[in-house]
Amino acid sequence: MIEFFKEPNFDFLRWRWHWIIASWVLILVGAVSLWVRGGPRYGIDFKGGTLVYLKFAETPNLDRIRAAMRDAGLSESTIQSYGRPESNEVIVGTEQVGHEDEALDAGREAILGALRTSFQSPADKLDLNNSGTDSLTDALLRFDPIGLAANPSEAQTRYREIAERITDFRDTERGGLVRSFSEIGSLEGVPPVVATTLEQRAFLSPFVVRNVEVVGPKVGQQLRRQALLATALALAGMLLYIAVRFRQWVYGSAAVVATFHDVLITIGFLSLFNYEFNLNIVAALLTLVGFSVNDTIVTFDRIRENVRLLRRERFYALVNRSINQTLSRTILTSGLTFLTVLALFFLGGEVLKGFAFTLVVGIIVGTYSSIFIASPIVVGWIERGRGVGGAAATKGG
Amino acid sequence: MKPNLTQKGVLIGTVVLICLVGLLCFRKGLDGKTQFSFPTSITALQQNLEDRISLGLDLRGGMHLILQVQVDDAINIETDQLSDRLPTLLREQGINIQTVRKTDASHVQIVGIPADQAGRARDFLNDTYRSGYNIGSLPGEQGGLVMEMTPTLAAQIRQDTVRAAIDTVRQRVDALGVSEPTIAEHGRGEWEILVQLPGVDDPARVKNILQSTALLEIKLVKDGPFSTEADALARSGGILPVDSMLMQETPGARGADAGPPAWYIVTRSSVVTGRDLRSARAEINPEAAGSYQVSFSLSRDGASRFGPFTERNVGNPLAVVLDGRIQSVANIQGRIDDSGRIVGQFSLETARDLALVLRSGALPASIKYLEERTVGPSLGADSIRAGLTAIGVGFLAVVGFVLFYYQFSGVNAVISLLFNLLILMAVLAYFGATLTLPGIAGVLLTIGMAVDANVLVFERIREELRLGKSVLSAVETGFDRAFVTIFDTNLTTIIAAIFLFMFGTGPVKGFAVTLSVGLVANMFTAVYVSRAIFELVLSRQQRATTLSI
Repeated sequence: MIEFFKEPNFDFLRWRWHWIIASWVLILVGAVSLWVRGGPRYGIDFKGGTLVYLKFAETPNLDRIRAAMRDAGLSESTIQSYGRPESNEVIVGTEQVGHEDEALDAGREAILGALRTSFQSPADKLDLNNSGTDSLTDALLRFDPIGLAANPSEAQTRYREIAERITDFRDTERGGLVRSFSEIGSLEGVPPVVATTLEQRAFLSPFVVRNVEVVGPKVGQQLRRQALLATALALAGMLLYIAVRFRQWVYGSAAVVATFHDVLITIGFLSLFNYEFNLNIVAALLTLVGFSVNDTIVTFDRIRENVRLLRRERFYALVNRSINQTLSRTILTSGLTFLTVLALFFLGGEVLKGFAFTLVVGIIVGTYSSIFIASPIVVGWIERGRGVGGAAATKGG
Repeated sequence: MKPNLTQKGVLIGTVVLICLVGLLCFRKGLDGKTQFSFPTSITALQQNLEDRISLGLDLRGGMHLILQVQVDDAINIETDQLSDRLPTLLREQGINIQTVRKTDASHVQIVGIPADQAGRARDFLNDTYRSGYNIGSLPGEQGGLVMEMTPTLAAQIRQDTVRAAIDTVRQRVDALGVSEPTIAEHGRGEWEILVQLPGVDDPARVKNILQSTALLEIKLVKDGPFSTEADALARSGGILPVDSMLMQETPGARGADAGPPAWYIVTRSSVVTGRDLRSARAEINPEAAGSYQVSFSLSRDGASRFGPFTERNVGNPLAVVLDGRIQSVANIQGRIDDSGRIVGQFSLETARDLALVLRSGALPASIKYLEERTVGPSLGADSIRAGLTAIGVGFLAVVGFVLFYYQFSGVNAVISLLFNLLILMAVLAYFGATLTLPGIAGVLLTIGMAVDANVLVFERIREELRLGKSVLSAVETGFDRAFVTIFDTNLTTIIAAIFLFMFGTGPVKGFAVTLSVGLVANMFTAVYVSRAIFELVLSRQQRATTLSI
């Protein structure tokens, strides 16, 4: 048998005031960070606006992009590089351009227009890197390099095949950006004459739009309200369930206080590390809520069981014993879940990074809080109610 | 083997079989329906699997749009028509009024009713419009009435408008040839439509097609062109006749160098509208090399009006109007029965898109975009790769650790974990749920929670063994005691997931679905299946004294 602890017997509750102070310090640090930054950094989901995810062929010059935006009158835009440095990715964001919903498209068009001007994209040529399969098929039909005009239906299928081949190559093998026409020329299934025609009548833009998100301000407000509602209801639902299961409000309340503590600290850390607050983060926070409550329940379940078995034992000692008994499980589960979340953080890609970060912090804090926050609350409450030393004070459910 | 164990084996075997068959032995037929197809090769197997697990927009690329139908447009149209009709209707009753004016979307005022006809006018309006309008006196004005649209009628019109808009949008999406689109009313009670178009990679074009109202009208030109609105008004003495209206050309309708768009006086009523179209298609304009036109043919009903009308008006100019702008003006050469064309500065693409929206009919009201998310196919491909790597590495790390720590019992844990994933995938496939990136995160968390259940059980068994219990009874008590905790922990998380599903949106929903399905499966695999495996092993070696755990 491989074990981390052989019959652990730590006095976890002895230093409870130190732990509670430590928690307050962490919460305060987060609060200060939030205060300094002027609230959570809301993502586009909650704030409304436009985000354009771009990938460049070469290391992007952020100053040049910033200048392009300023020249286009978009000085409020945020420009940040994204992902691994070698992937040459940049996010350009603007607050809502214009007012209300009419201007939903204005932000995107303004950003792209500014970039096209800055990179001197020829207006009369086809932008091969930013064309969809449909547009490319249409363009090939118009250029008609193979000379199939006499047979429209054959031209349609043939050019569509070629267009699909090219876009598929571009998107799956080249990450969305073809850098030279010779790459297309050497593609199987693409006749050389197509490649030479494209070389004359199309160009390879040095950037490609990978993703666009546009959220109207009204939607942002709605999403924020919904997220709050979902979180509040989930918390209330769990509080109710635990209260019913343990037949005592103190357990439910302690679990909710501990969970709240976790959420507060995690939000503080998100702010400290300047992560954006979006829908994915809300999902992660709710997962953390579930995880933290889980952890707390495992300990509480043990307390409940021991209350029935060991009627003589002092409640303080009984809780300590319960924590020790479940300690190896707590460490194992948290450790394993932590492993999977860590995999997500390092390998899961940029989109899930904030999500994974929330859980990385949350799992540590959540594990800590069930031992050092939730249990002391129950002990404090019950010992005060029944007098210190009152044996096995609760009746289990 | 105990009979009890045989039953368990049969149940578990059946579940595995159902999941495997459901996951691997079906595919979509050409008609779009799912049909049985036993995979005979690895590629067929792969194809079936891809057919069954549909990927979300964030993984395969595509567009997510939320549109809002401007339902008040439709209410305006309704009251516009009412104020157009009222003078004639009242005149037919022998009541001559001064004027009808519309004050806002739902109020119409009738002014200047002669005192001796006021009662009759009121009775008549009450009889005719009782179901849709409240009729009252216009305060402060002698001989005035005000008609107010009832909330019931307004709500009815809004409902119908949204439904009709959804139909039109669906027809356009179908005509675009997008596979597996989602088009549904979006549940916030604000007349919103959710449109999800997987695989679409030309967002600007699609958005234009969906948004264009595509209201086609053909009207007779009474006078024009005029260079400004004022010129046109001056021609008719400052006031237009009741049956006429002013209309402007589309910019550049006669070519880029034809100057600013001109104004025309046209008939208020239209000879034919988009409703009378039978079909429309793009073709090459024979008169202008390299440019395109849209030719259309009329339904029988439309043709029966258009034929006589054109015969009567030979030599007069006719205007083709699209969305309230004149597209082209041409003189009628002779009787036209059932066909016509729209010429303008069209490229192949714009002509084809116009034909498409004309075929699918006009939108009953204009639409606005509230939200748009477009995921490029290359990003989707990257996300899948990253997500799968994360799952793979996370899974291997967990499996490696569990095997190292629990040795033989670890194998048991891994089996139930795999089983859990199988059920999760099968359930997702059965309900046609889509796998999104947050969904993948949900899978990863399910792995974590599933292992947690195993850990709870195993630690408990170890404890019981330490207390000196026999292997058999330690396993039994371990499962019994741990079950309570597993039940509590899974259920609380499911409660949270349910609220996430109910009130969350988009990505959050996908996460909630995989998480809750995974947790329910977990209760079965980590407790029932894992226990059966223990029992099976222990039944083989009677009086076992050690357990590799």
